[in-house]
Amino acid sequence: MANFEEYKNIWVYTEQRGGRLMPVALELLGEGYRLSRERGEGAKVCAVLVGSEIGYLAEELYAYGADMVYQMDHPLLKNYTTDGYTKVMTDAIKAYKPEIVLFGATHIGRDLAPRIAARLDTGLTADCTRLDINTGNYMKYLTDYTTASSSGLEANDGNKGLKQTRPAFGGNLMATIVTPNTRPQMATVRPGVMEKRERETGASGQLVKVKVELCQSDIQVEVLDVVKEAKELVSLTDADIICSGGRGLGNAEGFELIRRFADKVGGVVGASRAAVDSGWIDQSHQVGQTGTTVKPKIYFACGISGAIQHLAGMQTSDIIVAINKDPEAPMMQLADYAICGDLKKVIPELIQQWDEEEQQ
Amino acid sequence: MEFSYSREQQMVKAMLKKFAETEIAPISEEIDAEAKYPYETIAHLGNLGVMGMPFPKEYGGAGSDYLTYIMAVEELSKVDASHGVIVQTHNALCCWPIFTYGTEEQKQKYLPKLLSGEHLGAFGLTEPNAGTDAAMQQTTAKDMGDHWLLNGSKIFISGGGIADVYVVMAMTDKSKGNKGISSFIVEKGMPGFSRGKKENKMGIRGSIAAELVFEDCAVPKENLLGGLGKGFKVAMSSLDVGRLGIAAQALGIAQGAFDQTVEYMKQRRQFGRSLDKFQALAFEMANMKTRIDGSRFLLYNAANCRDRGLSSTVEAAQAKLSCSETASYVVDKAVQFHGGYGYIKDYPVERMYRDQKITEIYEGTSEVMKMVISGSIFK
Amino acid sequence: MKIAVCVKQVPDTNEIRINPETGTLIRDGVPSILNNDDANALEQALQVKDAQPDTEVIVVTMGPPQAKEMLQECLAMGADDAILLSDRALGGSDTWATSNALAAGLKKAGPFDLIFAGRQAIDGDTAQVGPQIAEKMGLAQVTYVKAFELDGAFATVKRALEDGYETLRVKLPCVLTAIKELNTPRYMSVPGILKAAKADIKVWSADDIGVDKTTVGLKASPTNVFRSFTPRPKGKGVSVEGDTPKEQAANLLADLRAKHII
Repeated sequence: MANFEEYKNIWVYTEQRGGRLMPVALELLGEGYRLSRERGEGAKVCAVLVGSEIGYLAEELYAYGADMVYQMDHPLLKNYTTDGYTKVMTDAIKAYKPEIVLFGATHIGRDLAPRIAARLDTGLTADCTRLDINTGNYMKYLTDYTTASSSGLEANDGNKGLKQTRPAFGGNLMATIVTPNTRPQMATVRPGVMEKRERETGASGQLVKVKVELCQSDIQVEVLDVVKEAKELVSLTDADIICSGGRGLGNAEGFELIRRFADKVGGVVGASRAAVDSGWIDQSHQVGQTGTTVKPKIYFACGISGAIQHLAGMQTSDIIVAINKDPEAPMMQLADYAICGDLKKVIPELIQQWDEEEQQ
Repeated sequence: MEFSYSREQQMVKAMLKKFAETEIAPISEEIDAEAKYPYETIAHLGNLGVMGMPFPKEYGGAGSDYLTYIMAVEELSKVDASHGVIVQTHNALCCWPIFTYGTEEQKQKYLPKLLSGEHLGAFGLTEPNAGTDAAMQQTTAKDMGDHWLLNGSKIFISGGGIADVYVVMAMTDKSKGNKGISSFIVEKGMPGFSRGKKENKMGIRGSIAAELVFEDCAVPKENLLGGLGKGFKVAMSSLDVGRLGIAAQALGIAQGAFDQTVEYMKQRRQFGRSLDKFQALAFEMANMKTRIDGSRFLLYNAANCRDRGLSSTVEAAQAKLSCSETASYVVDKAVQFHGGYGYIKDYPVERMYRDQKITEIYEGTSEVMKMVISGSIFK
Repeated sequence: MKIAVCVKQVPDTNEIRINPETGTLIRDGVPSILNNDDANALEQALQVKDAQPDTEVIVVTMGPPQAKEMLQECLAMGADDAILLSDRALGGSDTWATSNALAAGLKKAGPFDLIFAGRQAIDGDTAQVGPQIAEKMGLAQVTYVKAFELDGAFATVKRALEDGYETLRVKLPCVLTAIKELNTPRYMSVPGILKAAKADIKVWSADDIGVDKTTVGLKASPTNVFRSFTPRPKGKGVSVEGDTPKEQAANLLADLRAKHII
């Protein structure tokens, strides 16, 4: 068992691609900051910056809460490679002994973190949506948001282990994972869940330039190219968000509004049979018994009353938001969120405020 | 007696359930509306070994028993009865007689391509004046010394014009009645053989039924199947086998319509509650399920008899009678419970209602089944 | 060429329901299936075999004896051989311990030119076992593989990123984890099923694979489940308050954000 006393501070792998920080890096700094204060005993939140000639990003990391920045800079780290990044990260973790290491659960974070954890022979928890150190805070979470009992837990038990909560079984089950016997405690964290701190211009901190030992032969994979692709137009079946319109749109022009809405939220346009039959939109958009059966994370039903053929195709959506003038419409009864009102007024507000929310 | 699915039966059922739901369900409405033969999915089923399931591997078959094959037809028919009958006609009415009555040369020549699904098979018995009364055959085959010359026509032939290989009955000696009928293997493209009128059917519209026309059609001498004057036996024994497949098709339709209705009843709300909460409807569903399961036992028993080499003519007739009449009862209730929605094409029960009817008619009507069964009672 | 495919039997999470009274998962009658991404991994291995018929494809899993059923399904799709690592000593393993066991099993069954796995399993969603097997075996890895091409002793693969992809060239042997964009898995064939139903599936114990027993199983696992629970069931729908469309929109978005839905 590791000597736990030696392990201090919370490291956040602040993922950058092409010299740009990923949004999740700043979210994790916010969470790391919060956890470090919850941890107490002078624990610091440290950003770990890996790449080539990326020192200029340190300022941004301080601004979002980093007490320290560990910088690993090397020409061979220009593009992400599993081998190169695993080696330098593992070396640094062995040298500096952080108590907790957090990664964004991005395609890169989920490639890198397991490899490091295996090399260090420590535990890793994937895709966390909540982290706690203080048992009292964790108990409050259980009581407020879950069906779990907090019996057997003691708010002031002094346990400083990281309680890592994550969904499993497609979100049907939640589990809290602990890493009792090894250090560091490692987790990947789902992007978009944690809150970044407000930017503090001119904030500063301590920079540690980590000595990087890396040669070409350490890297077994050759990066031929990195291609950015406009998101492919996803199909209704695969869409996370669907914005669907029905007879309540009034005419074909109504779908212009739905399209703008879908563009804004990164969704796909759906339609009820009534709208398709009216010739307002192509049949390929139809959701329901004769159309496509869908199960998005959010289904916006705009001006769709909710005939049973339509409900059959979308009722297992995670969240249903209905916008309709008629509060008695079946869709409004089924919806998780029912907005009684004129969709032509409500949707433009949603489009406008969607961005405002993003910026907060 | 054991009443449980074997591991291979479980896997065959699971595979075809997934196949039917993924590949067939999305096209079933289109093939019905446009009476379109589903070439792609049938070819895919051929690759998976379904077009030659109950035949030995030495001829390119999958080597399953008959019971497992029956379950396959049932699974396909739950989603789409057209696919069910296409698989069934090919296997039971073309591959089976060639396998059973063919010479080694005929088997080597025709079976590998048929069993892999590369070639499709059909069966030509029915004529305008020879339906249930098969002895009224008017198509003739004349011995020309080095070949046979066929003249006449066949109607309502499943796969007519689409199939590559046909088992065709024709009179070789009118004076002998049934014993004057012989069967022949006829290939698409043989001179004098053409497709006639394509029927506009009520149901199973993805399975094309057409007229076959023989005008001085020259068929090679060696294509006589089962010996001279053995055509009636070839035809009747093939239909015996075919009945199991049609029973499976009917059972599949019944189960499919039943499953659709269960889902619908859980979703549909009237008078403040979902339909499954109305006991009058729920009790009727109990009746439906009981009749479906009872018919299934009759069918599996008949298939099992065949697998064990026992006589199964009566069992097959009972299975077909029970499965097709159960299907008739179930699709009627399924449409009724769907209300107005059951009468429109948005819901598959509308198609199932139309698809079902033929199962009481072809490969022996219900009346013929009763003749067979009652004949065994009062023999 | 010899290819291993690491697979897992998982409950079909689409079929899982929550008991509204007890808040627990109802797993009764929930079918067990071959994990989705693993089917893509197997398909890729079988495509290599289609192109190079002397290829041997071996599926490997760790699990309870019932996992044999899933291995039969892999054989029915076209795999040549199947190995089940099954032992009480392996039970309760987390991803670290699982990868120790699988790496030991793969070493015994190998050497392999290629090891495919699914990106992640739909029950745990960790995506950790693939990379950790690679680490324990000292092999290169590429995760999130969406295109694959064999090129002599190298593989050229596309690795999906959130906003595009990268093209990578990697020397064999290596570990590749598949995502659904990689291909469409084939169906079991009837002849394959008939063969698989009678197949003898190798079951290897912890002793058989010679794994250090202090590195497998529940006790050896560095992570433990502290608590597991169900999220609070979705309540009845709410009517979004607000006197104006602007207020309604603001209230809706605030709530969706608070619940991390957007």
